[in-house]
Amino acid sequence: MSGLTRGSVAVVGAAESDLGLVAPNTSPLDLMAQGTMRALDDAGLKLSDVDGLFVAASQTRMGPMVLAEYLRIKPRYFDGTIIGGSSFMTHVAHAQVAIEHGLCEVAVIAYGSTQRSVSRAAASPREYNYYESPYRPILPISAYAMAAARHMHQYGTTREQLAEVAVAARQWALLNPKAWEKEPLTIEQVLNARMVSYPFTVRDCCLVVDGGGAIVLTSADRAKSLKKKPAYVLGVGEAISHNSISSMPDLTVTAASESGPQAYKMAGIKPSDVDMLSLYDAFTITPILFLEDLGFCPKGEGGRFVQGGAIAPGGKLPVNTSGGGLSYCHPGMYGLLVMIEAIRQVRGECGARQVPDCNIALAHGNGGVLSSQCTVIFGSEAAL
Amino acid sequence: MQSLTEQSPLGTYIEHVKKGELAYQVTDDGKAVFYPRAVAPVTGGTLEWRVSKGLGTVYSTTAMYFKGEAPLNVALIDMDEGFRLMSRVEDIDAIEVKIGLRVKFRAHPGDDKQAPYPVFTPAEGSK
Repeated sequence: MSGLTRGSVAVVGAAESDLGLVAPNTSPLDLMAQGTMRALDDAGLKLSDVDGLFVAASQTRMGPMVLAEYLRIKPRYFDGTIIGGSSFMTHVAHAQVAIEHGLCEVAVIAYGSTQRSVSRAAASPREYNYYESPYRPILPISAYAMAAARHMHQYGTTREQLAEVAVAARQWALLNPKAWEKEPLTIEQVLNARMVSYPFTVRDCCLVVDGGGAIVLTSADRAKSLKKKPAYVLGVGEAISHNSISSMPDLTVTAASESGPQAYKMAGIKPSDVDMLSLYDAFTITPILFLEDLGFCPKGEGGRFVQGGAIAPGGKLPVNTSGGGLSYCHPGMYGLLVMIEAIRQVRGECGARQVPDCNIALAHGNGGVLSSQCTVIFGSEAAL
Repeated sequence: MQSLTEQSPLGTYIEHVKKGELAYQVTDDGKAVFYPRAVAPVTGGTLEWRVSKGLGTVYSTTAMYFKGEAPLNVALIDMDEGFRLMSRVEDIDAIEVKIGLRVKFRAHPGDDKQAPYPVFTPAEGSK
């Protein structure tokens, strides 16, 4: 974004809460608080150091208030912007604004969800909309299914190519001890799984699990004195294009085509400089759309781009090394975890799935029904 | 601007559906607007109501699989007048609804919980 300075802030702590299926009566706030303390510990900071608080969740409407109360902290600066799964990328951009202007110095961005425990319907109740609700769309699935159908129609993308995205995610997940899915997956298994909303089977859709986490940001100056190698924020971009799928101008082009260039410009890099990608994979079509809109292949080529294990371990471009929302964890608004994997890759903490010499990682968040698109580019000290 | 204490945009729209009409709005410069609004998007100007001829083309579509039910269609329809809406194509198997299919408006009567709403059927002569 113009007006912000490349590398002025860094992520100094990042951690998931417990993931998967939590104990009965665990609250989203319990998970946020647990993630916050783990992230602060990762940074070598204390709760009393926190003076900026950024929260979004689907199960509590007034995030900053409820987490500040739970932790009994009094942040000087707070923000509860909620635009779906990309909210946390936006929080990074807004935290950078606040830190650059001295409005806060240590910002925590937190999230928690118990959607597997309480059910998706309870965790993310849909708003009634006369213009859509009578048709009983399975939201958000059917909206993304229509984007996939349109992409298949215009560009010849196939269900097998969509399935490649799920298979690649699974292969990465098998390298991540924290991933929910533990068994291999084939293209045939994706195609033959239970159909939900054509062309998506249940294996084209992200997981429904509990989880959360937090990241800690501070100024680049302060970051140097802390425990871990900083993951500098090189570039950020944010864009919203619509709310309901009926109002999306072109279902094959997302606003990542705006947020990406904003982030690249601020970072002073081009797509070929990126060492790994963390792309919000709510459904198998989304990484395909984002690879196109973020400039890794021409529009319409995303399906062919991912073929032959291109984004799987050993492929030409490492994408979603955690296993993604499809196989690692998807608590409902997955954007925070999208960034945590990119941060860990830049820090070199990913063990068996570590991308060699990963100095620049791009995290891209998506919210609503392809509605909000936010991009954050992280870099190591070598990338500064 | 219409008084919102007397009638809402959605209220006007539903009155049209009850008469078997698909209504939409146009801006001062003739641009079609959907869904109905109190204020013109982009310009902030006024809007006028129009009644569509009821013909459109499927922009995208999906068949949804609910337990114990036949697959159900949901589609986005591009109307000839230049606006798009979500709807359902009936009188055809959900999975047979294809992008590009020409369709014609029909009012669904709704029920005691749901106001009438627009659905579509394959237009005569369409593939």
